[in-house]
Amino acid sequence: MTLLARFSLVAVVACLAQVATAAEEIGDAERGEALFRQCQSCHQIGPDATNRVGPHLNGVFGRTAGSVEGFRYSKAFERAGSKGLEWHIDTLGSFLENPKAIVPGTRMSYRGMADAQDRADLIAYMRDFSASPANIPESDPTARAVSHDLDPAILEIQGDPAYGEYLASECQTCHRVDGQDSGIPSIIAWPEDDFVIAMHAYKTKAREHPVMNMMAGRLSNEEIAALAAYFATLE
Amino acid sequence: MTFNRRAFLGTSAMAAAVLAAPRLYAAAHGGKPKVVVIGGGAGGATAARYIAKDSDGAIDVTLIEPTRTYYTCFFSNLYLGGFKQYDDLGHSYGTLASDYGVNVVHDYAVGVDRDAKTVTLASGDSLPYDRLVLSPGIDFVAGSVAGWDVSAQNAMPHAYKGGSQTQLLKAQLEAMPEGGTFVMVAPPNPYRCPPGPYERVSMVAWYLSQNNPTAKIIIADPKENFSKQGLFEEGWQKHYSGMITRIGPDFGGGNVTVDPAAMTVDIDGEVINADVVNVIPAMKAGHIAAVAGVTDGNWAPVNPGDMTSKMDENIHVLGDASAQGDMPKSGFSANSQAKVAAMSIRGALTGSQVFPAKYSNTCWSLIAENDGVKVGASYEPTEEKIASTGSFVSQTGEDAALREATYQESEGWYSGITADMFG
Repeated sequence: MTLLARFSLVAVVACLAQVATAAEEIGDAERGEALFRQCQSCHQIGPDATNRVGPHLNGVFGRTAGSVEGFRYSKAFERAGSKGLEWHIDTLGSFLENPKAIVPGTRMSYRGMADAQDRADLIAYMRDFSASPANIPESDPTARAVSHDLDPAILEIQGDPAYGEYLASECQTCHRVDGQDSGIPSIIAWPEDDFVIAMHAYKTKAREHPVMNMMAGRLSNEEIAALAAYFATLE
Repeated sequence: MTFNRRAFLGTSAMAAAVLAAPRLYAAAHGGKPKVVVIGGGAGGATAARYIAKDSDGAIDVTLIEPTRTYYTCFFSNLYLGGFKQYDDLGHSYGTLASDYGVNVVHDYAVGVDRDAKTVTLASGDSLPYDRLVLSPGIDFVAGSVAGWDVSAQNAMPHAYKGGSQTQLLKAQLEAMPEGGTFVMVAPPNPYRCPPGPYERVSMVAWYLSQNNPTAKIIIADPKENFSKQGLFEEGWQKHYSGMITRIGPDFGGGNVTVDPAAMTVDIDGEVINADVVNVIPAMKAGHIAAVAGVTDGNWAPVNPGDMTSKMDENIHVLGDASAQGDMPKSGFSANSQAKVAAMSIRGALTGSQVFPAKYSNTCWSLIAENDGVKVGASYEPTEEKIASTGSFVSQTGEDAALREATYQESEGWYSGITADMFG
C-alpha cells in the first residue's frame, strides 16, 4: 500500500469514527419537502408565504400556538396557545401524528401522519424556515443530541484524567485553571466525589444554572468522572 | 455525545496509524512539523496556545498577528458604557512567546501558496507550514451601506473590530451635543456577535442617560428579528424609556444611504441629521481567507468534525470567518472551535489521541448597570454541519439579583477566556 493510500484510509477511519458519535439530524429535509405537498393546499412556507386556509408556517419553531398575526384561529387553537402550547420538534411531532388529540376542535382537516420517519422528515424541512441558531442563538435546535442515561454506580467510575484534560478545555473558557475567581468559581483540587456529585446535580437540574445545566447535561457519567479525575490533579 | 469504548478504540487505532507521520516528516524534512496560525484573536491565540502547550514542543507554532497589543472586540461595548477602561481590553502576546514557545510574528499575512504550503508576509518573508490555521475574523462587504466605505470610517466609525475604532466611537459619543442624535446602521445576517449591536445601543443609552439624557438613539435595521430581542426591548423600556427608536425592515430600516461629509442618514427617504453615526456594514471572512482561496461567497466552509476547510484538508478555518452551521460568530465559539482544531492538528502531526468534537457557546450582554443577560447553546457535528442540540436564554422579568449575578458571571468569563487565549 502506498503512503498516500494509507493516509486516505486513516482519513476514512477518522470520518467513520466521527459519524458514529455524531448528533442526529432531525430528519431528511429533502424528503420532507416532498411530503409538504400534502400540506400545500392550505399552508404556505418560504419566502413571501402568506396566510391562506391555514396560517403560514415561517418561523413556526418556538412560536406560541395560535399566534400568527392576521390569522383567524379556531377557539380551540386560541385556547391551546393561551394555555402555553409552543411549537418545537416534539410538540409538532405529536400534533402531526394526531392533530385532534393535541388540539381538540381544530379546524385543520388532516387525519394525521402515522409514520414517525415521515414526520421527522417533514419537521426537518419546516425547520429550515424558522430562525437560524447562527443568527439567533436561542432559537430551537436543529438536531437531536445523543441522550445520556444515569448509571446507578456513578461514583464507582474511575475517570481517565487524559480524557478529562481534553474535556476540561471546554470548562476553561470560563473557569480559570490557576484557581482565580473573578465571578466564576474555581473548580480545581476538589475531592473527586464532590465534583461528581455537583456535576450530576447540574445534569439532573437538581441545581439550577442554565450554563452548567447545559454543560453537564451533555456529559456522560464517564466524562464527568474523567473531569473529576483531571481537575483533582490540578493545584 | 457519548464517549464509548468502541469510539475510543477507533480513535486510538487511528492515532497509532498516524504515529508514523512525525517520524516520516522528520526524515523527509529534518525538523519538527510546523503550524502557522494567522490571526491572534479568540480562535487563533487559543489554537496557538493549545497546540504549543499540549504538544510539549513537538510542534513549531508560529502566530501571525499585526497588533502588538490585542484589544478584544468582546466587552468593548462595556467600555462605551463606562464600565470598563480601554486598557482593561488590552492583552499582550508576551506569555505565548515566553511560556509556551510560540513564535509570535507581528506582521500581516498577504499570501498563501497552498501547493507549496507557505504563507507570505507583508515584509516579504515566507513561512512554511504543514497545517495552517486561518482565524482572520471579519472584514466588511464593500458597498453594503450606500455612501459608506472604509475611507469614511473616521466620520462614521464601525467600531466592530476592537482597537482604535472603539476609542473613536467613545470620543464621538462623549462629544455629542446636548439632545443630539446617535444613529446606528445595524448589519444584515450573518455577522459577528448577534446580540452585539443591541448591547451597544444599551451601553450608549446608559452613557447618554447619565450624561446627556435628552439625546436620542435611532437604529436602522435590515433584520426583522434579532437575538435576545424581548430582553433588550424590555430593558430599553425599563431603563431608557423614549430614548431608543428602532426602524425595522417593514419601515425601510434596510434602505439606508449615508453621507459622511454632511453627517446625514437617509432611511427610506427620510433624512436624519445625526451627531454620531455608527455604521456596521455587512460582513465577510477576513480578506486573507479569500486570498487563500478557501471561501465560497463571503465565508469559508469547513468540515464540522475538525474545522478543516472544505477546499483544503491542511487548512483549518476558525471563528467568524468560517461557515460551519449553527454556531453564532462569537469569541466564545471561536475559542471552542480552536480547541477541537488544536486536538485534530496534534493528532495528525504527532499521533496524539483524538476525541470526538464538542462545541459550545454563551454570549452575555449588559443592558444597564448590573442588568446582565445571557444566551447559550450546545452544538455537535452532524454529517452536514455543526448543529445546535439545545439552548437557553435569560427570561424577561427576572429579578435584579439574578441579573446582577449574570453580570458578575460575564466578568468571570472575560477573565477566563482571556487567560485561555493568552496564557
